[in-house]
Amino acid sequence: MTMPTAMEIYKLLPKKNCGECKFPTCLAFAMQLANLKVALEACPYVSPEAKATLEESGAPPIRLVTIGGGGQSVKLGDETQLFRHDKTFYHPTVLGLVADDSEGLEAMKSRIEKARSLSFERVGQMVRVDAVAIRHSSGSTADFLEAVKIASAAPLAVTLMTEDSELMGKALSLSASCKPLLYRATPGNFDAMVAVAKACGFPLVLGGSASLEELAQLADRAKKAGVVDLVLEPDTSTAREMLENMTYLRRAAVKKKFRPFGYPTVAVLGNSLQDQAKLALGVMKYSSMLLFNDEPVEYLYPLLALRQNIFTDPQVPIQVKPGVYAVGQPTDKSPLLFTTNFSLTYFTVRADIEKSKLPVWLLVVDTDGQSVMTAFAAGKLTPESVAKAIEVEKISEKSTRKEIVIPGQVSRMSGKLGELTGMKVVVGPRESSALPKVLKSMG
Amino acid sequence: MTIELPKEKFPGRIKEVAIGATIEQGGTRGKRLVVGGSNGLPFHKFESDAPNKLAIAMDVVDTIRVIPEQLIQSMGSVVNHPVEWAKACERDWGADACLLRLLSANPEEENRSIEECATLVKDVLKATSLPLIVYGCGFEEKDAKLMEAVSNVSKGERVLLGQAEEKAFKSITAAAMANGHGVVAFSNLDINLAKQMNILLLDFGMKPENIIMDPLLAPLGMGLEYSYSVIERLKLGALMGDPVLQMPIICDCSCAWTVPEAVEDDPRKGRPELRGVSWETITAYSAAVAGADMLIMRQPQSVTNLRAALADLTGRE
Repeated sequence: MTMPTAMEIYKLLPKKNCGECKFPTCLAFAMQLANLKVALEACPYVSPEAKATLEESGAPPIRLVTIGGGGQSVKLGDETQLFRHDKTFYHPTVLGLVADDSEGLEAMKSRIEKARSLSFERVGQMVRVDAVAIRHSSGSTADFLEAVKIASAAPLAVTLMTEDSELMGKALSLSASCKPLLYRATPGNFDAMVAVAKACGFPLVLGGSASLEELAQLADRAKKAGVVDLVLEPDTSTAREMLENMTYLRRAAVKKKFRPFGYPTVAVLGNSLQDQAKLALGVMKYSSMLLFNDEPVEYLYPLLALRQNIFTDPQVPIQVKPGVYAVGQPTDKSPLLFTTNFSLTYFTVRADIEKSKLPVWLLVVDTDGQSVMTAFAAGKLTPESVAKAIEVEKISEKSTRKEIVIPGQVSRMSGKLGELTGMKVVVGPRESSALPKVLKSMG
Repeated sequence: MTIELPKEKFPGRIKEVAIGATIEQGGTRGKRLVVGGSNGLPFHKFESDAPNKLAIAMDVVDTIRVIPEQLIQSMGSVVNHPVEWAKACERDWGADACLLRLLSANPEEENRSIEECATLVKDVLKATSLPLIVYGCGFEEKDAKLMEAVSNVSKGERVLLGQAEEKAFKSITAAAMANGHGVVAFSNLDINLAKQMNILLLDFGMKPENIIMDPLLAPLGMGLEYSYSVIERLKLGALMGDPVLQMPIICDCSCAWTVPEAVEDDPRKGRPELRGVSWETITAYSAAVAGADMLIMRQPQSVTNLRAALADLTGRE
């Protein structure tokens, strides 16, 4: 996010040097503002125009939009990058299932239940489908409203899907407590739907435009009408259009600070093979929210893994929980190995052990998620820390071999580790790919 | 409201590398496959051109020792016969190229002789007309002699030999240079190492149009994000104009089958045979979106699914 400089702020201040803000001059105050050390409210004389300008230029390039209240809320937008390696992506793409009234109430109920149940623990984090969208298409409005009632009681973020502003009003009266997302205002129903959104204050999707220009106009008009929380829906009819439009929106918002595109995005997809791939594309390329009919769990689970991967902060490695892990069904005679809690290291070592088809105890030592060499160099992986882990995890109760295999790269710790633990230290291979051979030779 | 949609033009372009030689070109392949050549970010057709489609090589392994159970079941009996497997890649599964892995040369396992391995390469060349890539067993000493033999039996066919690594690249590169083949330059998940590897090969006398780089694809769920960002950074570096990074990128997506949770029995996550296919498809699709120019894949259904996804991403030609 590009903050205004102290000089840019200074130009907008009253330049009275009155000192009422507790700083001797307006310039000094401007410098504090630029560093986010004080709030603009400390100046009693700032003009409303200057205030609006400063708030605008200080706002993030993509607005943060929250759907839902209390514990069920999800956050969309507030992204600042084109590429995750430049910093990170902040808010994982929200995934939601669509329950459509053309399928009847029972099918809608089971879709809501399915959305609720798609929740898994993966590398120590919960990954889940976060949302449900209730859509009115060709079914009965009674079914639609009943499903809205059920969905708003579920622990999911809710989207109400109808272009009929009157029906939207009715649905809202049943679900206001869950602060739903309203889908959608189009060039056809714009004024009526914007009025509904303005009255309730919940976020509104803008879509159905023929071009990005028209989408920008809708965003501009909605903002002028007083709806501040917007979600944009560009054309995503093919993956090619989806990538092109999402790239334009993200670039215009982040690099050009083009305000009409400074909002999160949503795509509504079907369930063809192409739509499956578009889900993965949306996760990688800038979709804040993806709503889709349904997909087999065999696709959804890896999709959740992809989202977790892409939204991992490159500056903070994913860690696995330190502790002792059983690979296969080890007994007290099985070999004991250790590695670090950097997830990539752990999974690589584990996969290589599994290739040997031999049961093993794998001790995962806490290194704040650093790899073996990095942690060793940084002093986070020492004979002392390994010895402590052996003691804390009560290894002696699990393995009676009195022997530990250490990564070849830290062979230098073998003497000290043996001294501290009384165990026989076996220096393992430098690369874990050689583990199957080493393990087989150990018997 | 008029808006200027922000397009990006880059000064650099990915080099083109050819694999396979037709009869006119001195070989016996059905076609010459060209990879690379784009001057923009992947699939950014609205601001760049990509003269060559993303190529998919399907792999053939000469020992089922390393093939997971689920794959042996879903791919059928061809996995026991490398030549038949290669024929299926061409005839049934629509591969653009074939990658033959000579893992049975491994001196600690089957320890198959160099002559036997070279004969297999000859047989595969005879049985199919696909452009061919040949990988060794990963044991430096054995591979040095093996690649020399492979290079000789495939003389004129313009194959790719793999993999050249920082600590073991001279013999394989010399073998490739002797008969006008290309090499796959491997590096371990690091943009600087990838660049260093290319420099080593160039200094050794290899021409840039004979090099494809493999910056190591970590599969979905096991570090994919590292590879994704390394590939994006390599691509950006190349497009910004660094000639030493402008080699096409190859990504080995068959690694998806080594991920335990892709194939483990867990009813909550559905049927393993379908999950495994999704795992490889998403791994491959991510590599493509990040910037791979060529993919190595294994399961035929994953390839079909990926092709459908790529067609939608490439759109109207």
